[in-house]
Amino acid sequence: MIKRILLSVAGLFVGLAGYAEVPMKSWGKPSLEGQWDFKSATPLSRPEFWKDKEYLTPEEAAEFEENIIKGRAERAQKEGEVREGLDGQADVDVGYNSGFLELGSRLDSSLRTSLIVDPPDGRIPKMSDSARARNRPYVEMQALSPAGPEMRSLTDRCIIGFNNNPIRSGAYNNMMQIVQSPSHVAIHVEMVNDHRIIPTNGGGAIPASTRYWKGFSTGEWEDDSFVITTTNFKQFATPYGTGPNVVLTERFTRLDERTLQYEYTIDDPETYDQPWTARQQLRRTSDDVYEYACHEGNYSMPLVLRAARKLEKSGRKDKNWMPSWHKRRG
Amino acid sequence: MTRIWRGLVVGACGILVAGCASVAMDESLVNEEMPGIVSEEAGAVPDINGLWQAVGTAHWNLEGGHAIKGPATLVLGALGGIPAGHNYLGGGEIPYTEEAAAKRAEYRLEWSQWDPAVKCFIPGIPRQTYMPLPFHIVQSEQKIFIAYEWGSNSRIIHLDRPGSRAELPSWMGYSVGRWEGDSLVVEVTDQMPDTWFDATGTWHSDELKVTERYTPRGADHIDYEATIEDPQVFTGPWTIKLPLYRRVENEARLLEYKCVPMAEDAVYGHLRRGADMAEPTVKNLF
Repeated sequence: MIKRILLSVAGLFVGLAGYAEVPMKSWGKPSLEGQWDFKSATPLSRPEFWKDKEYLTPEEAAEFEENIIKGRAERAQKEGEVREGLDGQADVDVGYNSGFLELGSRLDSSLRTSLIVDPPDGRIPKMSDSARARNRPYVEMQALSPAGPEMRSLTDRCIIGFNNNPIRSGAYNNMMQIVQSPSHVAIHVEMVNDHRIIPTNGGGAIPASTRYWKGFSTGEWEDDSFVITTTNFKQFATPYGTGPNVVLTERFTRLDERTLQYEYTIDDPETYDQPWTARQQLRRTSDDVYEYACHEGNYSMPLVLRAARKLEKSGRKDKNWMPSWHKRRG
Repeated sequence: MTRIWRGLVVGACGILVAGCASVAMDESLVNEEMPGIVSEEAGAVPDINGLWQAVGTAHWNLEGGHAIKGPATLVLGALGGIPAGHNYLGGGEIPYTEEAAAKRAEYRLEWSQWDPAVKCFIPGIPRQTYMPLPFHIVQSEQKIFIAYEWGSNSRIIHLDRPGSRAELPSWMGYSVGRWEGDSLVVEVTDQMPDTWFDATGTWHSDELKVTERYTPRGADHIDYEATIEDPQVFTGPWTIKLPLYRRVENEARLLEYKCVPMAEDAVYGHLRRGADMAEPTVKNLF
């Protein structure tokens, strides 16, 4: 039986008048769906050289972006040369060169000088001494010859990505996709091929002793924003060096057909003396999110471990296997 | 709650322009026993949102058989055994060619060293569906996202790309779906050749094509079928059939089983300090 159902929308016109360009789902919530590019050249924390400047002018922004592109091109030309600090290793830093990286070269459309919008100085609050002491063993461990895979970072082990939870522009794989139903929002990030399925009913809680790599997320709509609260991260999977009691709050707001505003707040008094909030405009893209089969293609881990065993056997001291950023921390 | 969507209309963005919208729905497409949802392309289609799980032993052995000891019985005792299982192929065997069957037999003899799932590699389709943990379907009009607890793996089913193929092969392949009456039909192509169908050496080539059918049978069951074609290794198509059950517990939700930490001993154990580098626990298919 064919049944025609007519939906009168006269009443909705009033309520939706302000959302003329916001795609809506059939059940009356804004659509968050699509593939979203979160690459950005805007620094998380405002660089000192911008002092108290909150916004760039369009001309300043264009010059900044031009300089970024020029600087990267110059560095790419030098690839292949033996660089200082790489113990005679040429071209790449443990496999990373310009061919591998996919860094953002455009500033956030807000033209802010930092993604951090609170505190007002745009800078990440100082990390407490106790938090640094808590994180030190994990950081220092990565500058040691690994006895096993557990001594490499969680990202090297393909357990979590470096640009997820919260979503943040990183070296590559800055893509995510959202699919939603009335009861759940699925967020799939390319990095480490990871996903979260967030219920929209706001409910649910788990004991403090239960810990997940991605944390435990609950979600709810607050007006036209979808708000996710995440707690219960496993140790060292917490965002930005925070501790076991961190609360991550993310807020997705569809601004128009091409733009999804993403805002997150890090609240962990044991690590930062005040909560801080970053905001970014994500760009809709027709590019697909590809499968980043990190563990399946992790040739690095067995090579690093094999090299470590061979060096131990030979008695040689050599840190060529180690990324430069870990040497600095060691 | 999902039942209410059966009567609703899509195209809310259209209403901003049109002022009043109407959408024709063919209710005969919706089984009275199951919840419905509206798809812009297909009209009224079943609502398969939610948390589902295959229950059984398909991930161990699709052809079924009696209980056996496994490598884990050494340390886990009775908890490590592989239970008896049904045949999920309608009573038959997987129709390998003679040459392919010989290779399967070799793998099977040392299955725990070769099985990609032991290493926490993405199991691919169809095996990911019947791995022994739930998966969550998030159903939208143009895409369906399936998130699997095992390995935190996932895939997108494109309802809006008929006839398309992937640019690159992947472990989960490329899924193009369509509704045929009450059945969601998904054609999965472009899978890596490095996955198995179960733990008995059931290999395939890069010509694998899987056609899945998800047909709801009431609100809490889905009949799942996966027809396998691969002319390089099989003498003809063959079909896996099993039920999927809705997880109905209060607060049931997809949890996290990131399997890398569970697989690191098997994959990297021979490279630990003090271990013998020459004796890996597992072997690579590629």
